[in-house]
Amino acid sequence: MAEKKEKKPLDLNRREMPKQPPEVRKYNFNEVAFGYPEDVAVEEAKRCIMCKKARCVQNCPVEIDIPAFIQAVADRNFAEGIRIIKQKNCLPAICGRVCPQEDQCEKTCTLVKKEGQLAIGRLERFLADWEARQGHVEMPDIPEWTGKNVAVVGGGPAGLTVAGDLILRGHRVTIFEALHRLGGVLVYGIPEFRLPKEIVNREVEYLKRLGVEVHTDFVVGKTRTIDSLLEEYDAIFVGSGAGLPWFMNIPGENLNGVYSANEYLTRLNLMKGYLFPTYHTPIKAHRRVAVIGGGNVAMDCARSALRLGAESRIIYRRSREELPARFEEVENAEEEGVIFDFLTLPLRYIGDENGWVKEMVIQKMELGEPDDSGRRRPVPIEGSEETWPVDAVVCAIGNSPNPLIGTTTPGLKLGKKGNIEADEETGMTSREKIWAGGDIVTGAATVILAMGAGRKAANSIHEYLMNGNGHDGNGHDGNGAEHKTDPKENPDIPPDIHLP
Amino acid sequence: MFRILACRMIVPNMHILTVEAPAVAREVQPGQFIIIRAEEEGERIPLSVSDWDRERGTVTTIFMSIGRTTHRLARLRSGEYLPTVVGPLGNASEIEHFGTVLLLGGCYGIGSLYPIARALKEKGNRVFVVIEARSSYLFYWEDRYRMLVDGVHHITRDGSKGIKGHIGRVPEILASLGEPVNRVIINGCTFCLKRGSDATRALGITTIVDLNPIMIDGTGMCGVCRVTVGGETKFACVQGPEFDGHEVDWEELSQRRKTYMAEEVIPLRTSKCEEHMHGEEHGRKEKHGQAAAPGEPPGRERKQPQHTGEVS
Repeated sequence: MAEKKEKKPLDLNRREMPKQPPEVRKYNFNEVAFGYPEDVAVEEAKRCIMCKKARCVQNCPVEIDIPAFIQAVADRNFAEGIRIIKQKNCLPAICGRVCPQEDQCEKTCTLVKKEGQLAIGRLERFLADWEARQGHVEMPDIPEWTGKNVAVVGGGPAGLTVAGDLILRGHRVTIFEALHRLGGVLVYGIPEFRLPKEIVNREVEYLKRLGVEVHTDFVVGKTRTIDSLLEEYDAIFVGSGAGLPWFMNIPGENLNGVYSANEYLTRLNLMKGYLFPTYHTPIKAHRRVAVIGGGNVAMDCARSALRLGAESRIIYRRSREELPARFEEVENAEEEGVIFDFLTLPLRYIGDENGWVKEMVIQKMELGEPDDSGRRRPVPIEGSEETWPVDAVVCAIGNSPNPLIGTTTPGLKLGKKGNIEADEETGMTSREKIWAGGDIVTGAATVILAMGAGRKAANSIHEYLMNGNGHDGNGHDGNGAEHKTDPKENPDIPPDIHLP
Repeated sequence: MFRILACRMIVPNMHILTVEAPAVAREVQPGQFIIIRAEEEGERIPLSVSDWDRERGTVTTIFMSIGRTTHRLARLRSGEYLPTVVGPLGNASEIEHFGTVLLLGGCYGIGSLYPIARALKEKGNRVFVVIEARSSYLFYWEDRYRMLVDGVHHITRDGSKGIKGHIGRVPEILASLGEPVNRVIINGCTFCLKRGSDATRALGITTIVDLNPIMIDGTGMCGVCRVTVGGETKFACVQGPEFDGHEVDWEELSQRRKTYMAEEVIPLRTSKCEEHMHGEEHGRKEKHGQAAAPGEPPGRERKQPQHTGEVS
């Protein structure tokens, strides 16, 4: 097979996934893309040139053996393909849908130079969905219990990854989740049309079948403190995620009809507000919705508002090039008819006599010199103020980390913004037996980065539980650089990094 | 799933619910709240905690049957289950030796003030209670208070008990006590909180109110519970629910509480005949059977409301 491939001319035709047409999907909450049919997946996989030095793998936060699973798809050996992915990623159906592949594996695909980069994410999704369709999910062997118990605080992407990794190594794992459903941002944040909740439930059920114990409706920091849990557990991973939503601190933000993105999306997704009154949590049918921000969350809000029947616009203070959202989501939003107002900054909101927002005052911006982030700084244009009619505003400009753990765990070192300080390579915090990862450490980031942090923390926790390295009682070491790890045993530390 | 031990009407339209939630019962402090869901499709609503039993692992709350979720909750009976009871949420009341404290409660606030009264007495405070209602038949737990505190006063809209009028007449009670009051704590509806705070402002008495904005997660994530206190935006679920009543922007809070008024009445616009017929004739097998105890015929306990034993 490999020989044949070398003789073949390069196929740069990146296969498209069939999607619901924009004029149809903008009126429903069903998933936008249908996924590859088998034959298309195989065609796409066959385009891979099987680089000897696979740079795609280096750019994957969880280091999936990408060429190996692509080869399996090309060979129509789908069972083998999904097995390869699951060695590194216990949530492939999710990552295949929401990872920013264009900034990771697909960005360093050799074919990217010719604009024909392999659709790695779509193939990952294909395999995960293929497995689900078989109605039989292969269960890996679980080693004998090591005698160790691990508590995972927060059932989002970071926590689910830690749980999946550690249960496969023979530890007992219990997840404590504050909400009534596992999944974190996967269930309360990302909308159904981008990530069907059935898929999250499928992955969560898989973890439960592996033996992960789950306590929902349990707020660590309130129902029990970290220190109380430490009496029962040998190690704790904190992945408690997003906290207080940020607002811009401009006049009128507490008017009715001004939402945080967290509220808007939680009503819709976790509470299924779009099915009101069958589900009991209401969501307003607004006519003109302005979403402030340019990230994935802003796209999710704007596209949701559209589906609820509103005229929906994104208000972003920089230009299209600087949009932090995944490119595919921007494209989807544009196709569906979301209006983009670039170089626009809200100044204040004006309410009606009943306290409902009715107008917003905006200012036009232009791009100036680059700022610290390397992006050109938006500068206000004098005299460009305008008043626009709106009946809802969704503020999607990020959030601070959840305060409940930091404020109830003495001795846990916090950063300036209230985030938990944790070593980037190991997830170790300033406190013995406590690891942390995901948004609680980094502030709002992506699902895959949270999973990557979970993977690293799981390795470090395993190392500690088995060998007592790092967080041992005799002089705790919270510094990853000094952390003794054999690179052969820890796949997340590249072998070319010098370790003492 | 959380088993209901008792749920019954205590006075017209006001219900007392005791539910098994050992983890909550172990930690809960006066002034905290829980969030419940009454059924799988249900919304999450915050309810103030009115009592608990750490040994039995139970939590008691008093609520008014006013919307879809509380209507549903009021129809549940012992042996049935709630899918969500989470807490204790919010900060505990500040309990110190203040001297003399006046507690002002209306509606469900009469219940949620009780643990605060108990804790204040344990700290050696003199505690007076003013309970307020439209009419005397709406008072409950008077005996519990009488056994605990130094004096119970009443205000009724119709004058059937105590002072005739509304909460704005509390300065007269303050004056009649014959001793200076160091702190006022108010629990109840927004109107009661606001009028009570207005009444004590001129007297310069520190006044603490237990705010009741709309919430979803209750853990500081969604931000719907934001209130303006002293010109700053605060999140009631993690920074409250108690705030200085003289600093709260009452108009904003009242407006924000009305956000979903139009939506809330939609489910109430049906007689739900079909549901009721199933309920009576088939033991509510259809929709509500989910909430019944496994192995028990649903609705068996329906006509035998039990007493909690906690209510004297």
